Amino acid sequence: MDKELYLKCEIAVNEMRKDALKMALAGKNEGAHLGGGLSMIEIMAVLYIAIMKIDVKKPKMEERDRFILSKGHGVLALYAALKQVGFIRDEELNSFKANQTFLYGHPSMNLNKGIEFSSGSLGQGLSLGVGTCLALKAKKNQTARAFVLLGDGECDEGSVWEAAASAAHYQLNNLVAIIDKNNLQYDGLTEQVLNMNSLTDKFKAFGWNVKEVDGHNIEDLYDALIDYSSKPLVIIANTVKGKGISFMENKREWHHSRLTQKQYDEAMAELEYRNHD
Amino acid sequence: MMKQWQNWSIETMIEYTKRNIKTWARLGSCGTFGIAMLEIAKDNKEVVALTADLLYYSGLERFSHTYPERFYNIGIAEQNMVGIAAGMAKEGMVPFATTYATFASTRAADQVRVNMGYMQLGIKLIGLTAGLSVGILGATHMSFEDLAIMRSIPNITILSPADCTETVKMTQLAMKHDGPVYLRLTGVMNHPIVYQEDYQLEIGKAIKLKDGKDIAIIATGSMVYEAIKVAKILEEQGLEASVFDVHTIKPLDIEMIKKLYNQKLIVTVEEHSIIGGLGSAVSEVLATAKDSPPQLTIGVEQGYPHAGEYHYLLDRCGLVAEKIVKKIIKKYEEVK
Repeated sequence: MDKELYLKCEIAVNEMRKDALKMALAGKNEGAHLGGGLSMIEIMAVLYIAIMKIDVKKPKMEERDRFILSKGHGVLALYAALKQVGFIRDEELNSFKANQTFLYGHPSMNLNKGIEFSSGSLGQGLSLGVGTCLALKAKKNQTARAFVLLGDGECDEGSVWEAAASAAHYQLNNLVAIIDKNNLQYDGLTEQVLNMNSLTDKFKAFGWNVKEVDGHNIEDLYDALIDYSSKPLVIIANTVKGKGISFMENKREWHHSRLTQKQYDEAMAELEYRNHD
Repeated sequence: MMKQWQNWSIETMIEYTKRNIKTWARLGSCGTFGIAMLEIAKDNKEVVALTADLLYYSGLERFSHTYPERFYNIGIAEQNMVGIAAGMAKEGMVPFATTYATFASTRAADQVRVNMGYMQLGIKLIGLTAGLSVGILGATHMSFEDLAIMRSIPNITILSPADCTETVKMTQLAMKHDGPVYLRLTGVMNHPIVYQEDYQLEIGKAIKLKDGKDIAIIATGSMVYEAIKVAKILEEQGLEASVFDVHTIKPLDIEMIKKLYNQKLIVTVEEHSIIGGLGSAVSEVLATAKDSPPQLTIGVEQGYPHAGEYHYLLDRCGLVAEKIVKKIIKKYEEVK
């Protein structure tokens, strides 16, 4: 990975965490899905800054890569990434979860803002990805890819596996799934709520190429995502829920929670400190 | 949405000859749908077909041979099928997705809601064997809740053809319609013919098939033909009933209903539950009027009927002309 690109991602990662906190604070008593938003920051930064072909001035261009946030509650990281590339302005982040905002608690389809599909009901994004990739192939679009980000808890949904079977059946090498494997879901540890055993083995058995990476390592993510695969590709990204804020890390309670001013100040201080490392 | 191949030609080989109309009726609505698909696909490259392991049942065999690259068998995975169709629709394709009406509306309800209702993606979802036609398979395959479910989800146009001629026309209209459509197919092979020749059909505009000053019978799907039979029997008994084919359940032709306020009785007939379907839709309009006639809602009433052959079930549910006439006369005597 090019050093300059790496640095760009690294800087973005820190800014995106701060933006996530800003939005969570702006959301006031509505609260925000902080845990699962913070776990996917590096994934989103690498996708939007180093991997995906997008053009803010041409949001509907045929050649663009399509991003689908299947774990719709991960909006904090999505909106922060869209700000990095210029789809969303800084001051717009303050409208997070305000009445009438376009920055809902789950993404709402808005191509002009870089949001490909609405989501929120889990287990549906991979099917959208399969449909998108079949259409791209039908249109002889041989360069664009669809990237679908799912949660590990989300993989409880049976429809994920219906879509996984279809992707392999149709040999969709233009489809990339990324699992934000932070090992926690709303009610606790994924292996305690519903033990899905090895996602790697499952996807392999379904006929996918599988890569396991450290989901907070920019270079690993880049290496896993940059090349086209011969089959549908899934990246199992091992992550930490609430990553980057010590008092949120691996805490079930931060799946969805209200952020107080005091907590916000503490969290921002941690990120500032890291900035000066 | 982005339309890559915007080329809405409906100049097809579909000809409304007596022979074709008879052939379609013989095949029933599912087989007719397959024929219509083969025709509309010729000039409309964006049309694709998906099915959840019901290729043959959907009459899509010839389509799948003629356009193998435009036919997608998703397997027994209705939720996934609707999601895939959504992804295709957003990319400018016009996906027709088929499965039993009951699975289209209940198994895949959340996908229908999010993709067709919320995102308004132009999926054309085909509900095969709606009503009681495969009732011998038991309640799992009956579908008399689908209209209630689809109607309550915003933004979905709901079409319910009266016969196979109308099925052909509606398949064409569904393709041209820019938005999500649920096409509800009722009946079995040897479907009675309502439309013997070509006619004008417009989404949202009910068709008056017979005049009458006493009673208005508003019917949809398989029950339109039955309603015509009912009106004839009533006529023999000195009652004049008008008959309407409400082929579009949503948006409902409210103006047509408002013109019926001078009738003594309004009757709705549908091969669907009396809750949430055509009858409910009409009631919702009548309830807003200062003076509207009473309504008799005829449909499936008492839970899940015991499994049985189609015509047996229609009879058991009171959805045959003789039984409908009895109900109407009884009600008419009460309210006239």
